[in-house]
Formats: sequence, C-alpha cells, structure tokens
Amino acid sequence: MGKRAWYLLLVLPFAGTLFPQFYNRLQPALFGIPFFYWYQLTWVIVTSALLGIVVLATRRSDDV
Amino acid sequence: MSSGTVILVVLVLGVTVMGFLASRWGGTRLDSLDEWALGGRRFGTLVSWFLLGGDLYTAYTFIAVPALVYGLGAIGFFAVPYATIAYPIAFVVLSRFWGIAKRRGYVTAADFVRDRFGDRTLEIAVALTGVVAAMPYIALQLTGMEAVFASLGGAFAADSGFVSLAVAFVLLAAYTYTSGLRAPALIAFVKDTLIYVTVIAAIIVIPAKLGGWAHVFASSQRALAAKPGGGILLKPGQFFAYATWAFGSSLSLFIYPHSITSVLAAKSRGVIRRNAALLPVYSLLLGFLALLGFCALAAGYTTANNSAVVPMLLHQFFPPWFAGVAQAAIVIGALVPAAIMAIGSANLFASNIFNQFSPGRASGEAGAAKLLTIGFCVLALLIVLFIKPAFAIYFQLLGGAYMLQIFPAFVFGMWSRWFHPKALLAGWAAGMIAATVMALATGFKPNITVGFGSLSFTGFLALYALALNILVAAVLTPLLRGIRIDAGIDATSPGDYA
Repeated sequence: MGKRAWYLLLVLPFAGTLFPQFYNRLQPALFGIPFFYWYQLTWVIVTSALLGIVVLATRRSDDV
Repeated sequence: MSSGTVILVVLVLGVTVMGFLASRWGGTRLDSLDEWALGGRRFGTLVSWFLLGGDLYTAYTFIAVPALVYGLGAIGFFAVPYATIAYPIAFVVLSRFWGIAKRRGYVTAADFVRDRFGDRTLEIAVALTGVVAAMPYIALQLTGMEAVFASLGGAFAADSGFVSLAVAFVLLAAYTYTSGLRAPALIAFVKDTLIYVTVIAAIIVIPAKLGGWAHVFASSQRALAAKPGGGILLKPGQFFAYATWAFGSSLSLFIYPHSITSVLAAKSRGVIRRNAALLPVYSLLLGFLALLGFCALAAGYTTANNSAVVPMLLHQFFPPWFAGVAQAAIVIGALVPAAIMAIGSANLFASNIFNQFSPGRASGEAGAAKLLTIGFCVLALLIVLFIKPAFAIYFQLLGGAYMLQIFPAFVFGMWSRWFHPKALLAGWAAGMIAATVMALATGFKPNITVGFGSLSFTGFLALYALALNILVAAVLTPLLRGIRIDAGIDATSPGDYA
C-alpha cells in the first residue's frame, strides 16, 4: 500500500458518472435544474478536488 | 461597420500582432524543434493551464455541445462526464509520459513507440494516425470561424466568409511559422479570457430573461418530445451509449497530437499533475454552456442548423458590441487550437515519417516542421473549401475512433513491454479497419449495435474498435513469441520511467 493507495480515489469519478441509470431523474432539482444535470456538474468539482488531494498526497521531491 | 464588427476586427488584429511578437518571448533563437514546437519546454502552471485549456476546449466544442443538446437533449450532456473522467486518465498517463519524454527528448507519442518497441512500421502507423485524426479537427475549427465571418455581412461575408477565413488563416500560418508554440500559448490568454467573460455573462443573463431554469427545462421538455430519442432525461436504451461515448472520448482526448504537444511544453512533471486538478474548471464552463442548448429550445428557435443556436442566443440577448466580443471569442478560440494542431501534426511528420532523427535531434528537423505547418494550414483550408461542414463532422468522428487505436501501443506500452510490436501493429490495423467499416455501415453515426447471443449493446463504435484492437494484439503476442518472431529492441531503460 503506502502512497500508491491514494490513486484509488481516482476510481470514484468513473463509478459516479458512467452509470446514468442511477442518476437519470428530475428530482431533487436545484435552482430549477434537474438532478441529472447538477449531479454531473457536481462531479466535475468533486473530481477536481480528488485530483488535488492525490496531487498533494503523492508529491515527490522533484515535482516543482 | 457595426460596433461589434469593429471590436471583432480589433481583437483579431491584436492577437495577430501578439502572435508575431511571441517569437521574442524567452529571448532564445527558435532553430531547434524543442524551442520552436515546444516553447523550450519551459511553461509553468499558469501558462500551461491557459495553453491546455485553449487547446482542448476549442471554439468547435463550445458551438457543437450546445448544438447537440439543442438537437437531442440529455444525451448531448455526455460531454460533461467525458470532460470529467478525462482528467484522472490524464493525470496518470501524461505525468508518466512527460517524465519519459523529458529524459529521452521526445517530441511526439510516436517517438516513444519507436524506442520502446524498436519497430519502424509501428512508429509510422502511430504517427500517421495522429496526422489523419488531426486534419478534420483543424478543418472543423475553420468552419466555425467561417460561420462567424459569414454572419457579419458586407465584405467579410464574401464567398460565404471564405475570403475572410483565408486571410485569417494565412496570418495564422505566418505567425505560427515565426513563433512556433509560443504564439498560441500567448494568444490563449486572450482567447480564454474572452471565452470566460462570454460564457459567464450568457449563463447569468439568458436563463433569467427566459424566466428561470425551471421554465427553461419545462419548455425544453415540450419541444424535445417531438424529436425521436430526445428529452431532458435519457431513455433507458441510451444509457450504454451515453456511458461509452463519455468513456471512449475521454480515452482519446489526451493522445491527440495537439494535446501531446501542449503537455510536453510544460517545464516539470508537477505542472502536468497540478493542471490535471485545475483544468476541470473549463469542464464546468462547458457544462453550463451545454445548458444553453435548452435555452435555445425555450427561446423557441426552430433552425435546422443546430450550430447556429449559440450565435443566435448571443445576438438576441446581448447588445451588438458584446456580440462582437463573443464572435471574437469564437474566432480566436478556433485560431489557438488550429495552430497547435498544425504544429503537432508537423512534428509527427518531421520527426517520425519524413526522417528518423536521433534523440539528439538534427537542426533540419525544425525547418521541416515549420514548412510543414504552413502545408497543413493550406490543406485544412482546401478541406473547408471543397468539403461541406457536415462531412467535416463525420471525419472528425472517424478521426476520434482512429486516434483511439494507438492506445495499446502508446499507453499500455508505458507500463508494459509484454505486447509484441507486430501484434500491436496487427491490432492497430484491425481497429482502423473495424472503425472504418462500422462508420460506413452506420452512415457515420457514432453508435452501433453489437449482439452477443441474446444480449445486444448499442454503444460508441470507437470503443468496439479498440476492444477488437486489444483482443487481436493479446492473442497474437504469445503466438508470435512462440514462433520466435523478432520482438524488436527496447531502447528505453527502467530509469526512464521513474
């Protein structure tokens, strides 16, 4: 394990976005935007955050 | 000239001047391929963020994604999961490739494949795939610009905008020749600023004027009910297609020559890693832009030309001067990726097809690449002149399916030398032929239905072609090793992958 285990976080965006049967619905809507849309937009932000965590957690001394 | 047209002309001329001045950026002579084509491999996090964003999120993307949502509804939103999962892939694959390329002086993906597998034919196959896939992509950028010029009227619209397009493109070829990758890198700052301003304004103003998002979606649902396969949610039969479009597209995004060119221009591995986390900001922008497709439905547009809906919205809801800013965003948004695509294709030709240079890099290589860039710009203009825009989109789809076929040699090759080079070549050929046959059979629709016994799957044909490619390579590898066919010499060493 060790540092490489952090990379497992990067599986989450695939699990979260590639099975539309689980998020293909209208409710709950956010500001009138159906769930289908704001759910996927949220994954953009979550993926960015997950990558940020992995970047910091697996940093090497030569990553300037 | 209207105030909008004046703003457009001033901004386009402004970036042209920037393009020529970019040759002085860094203060070095641009006579080596590293300096001309990769900006000296010195770009930091901020420059790379603008360059990669300007490169990957093209004007065409910003027109086509809302157009697809306008045409079909929910399924057009696949671009958002695509532009999300592309980044974990980029993070893992490209940070490794950057390190290998830096140590061994590579300029293209085909450089790596040549050294790794010691097979000249495989190198040429990988290089040609990149060039063939990039050409229709450049042409699509041009059709977007042409549409803007045609909408201006007067002298700009001469010959449906082609004359203006040719002028803009000759200027592009000239400053790309002079300044190399530094030109689009500098212009990308202007491009992305204009794009962010335009999209943020559009997203705040347009839905509000249309009565809010709830009303926009309710009207869209009624408008889409008449279209087969359309709706504000997916039909159950579309789930597999949606997922395979997103996944297949995300695998190919970063192996296009223009992506590789921009990535290798970064000064360190850390720049690539940080940008994988920072670039999704553009995906968020793309997602909101996609929702403008619903605004066009709610505004009651009934045009057969789906690509016109974003310009129509900007025209209807904004004053003329702001429409000029938005049009400049589209034109400059097309110039940046077109320049990088031409450079990336020229690198492949100069480095991997015309001549096989040593990692030391001959000086003639940069000269060849510079001339080839002009050649590719002219070729793209000819494509636009002689091929209808609709066909450019078909070739773009096929180009994406082709691009994916270098995945086993390039990406698997970075982690494993298990595959036999001739097996990879056979897999590549099988994938290319399968992609072509499937595209012809479906009339250049992205989906094809494949049956296994009682099960059938309707999904993205590029991914099926890749599956066949991998299968062929995996089956032939032990066979070729068994009959002792020469597996080539691996010129890389374990230290290159650290």
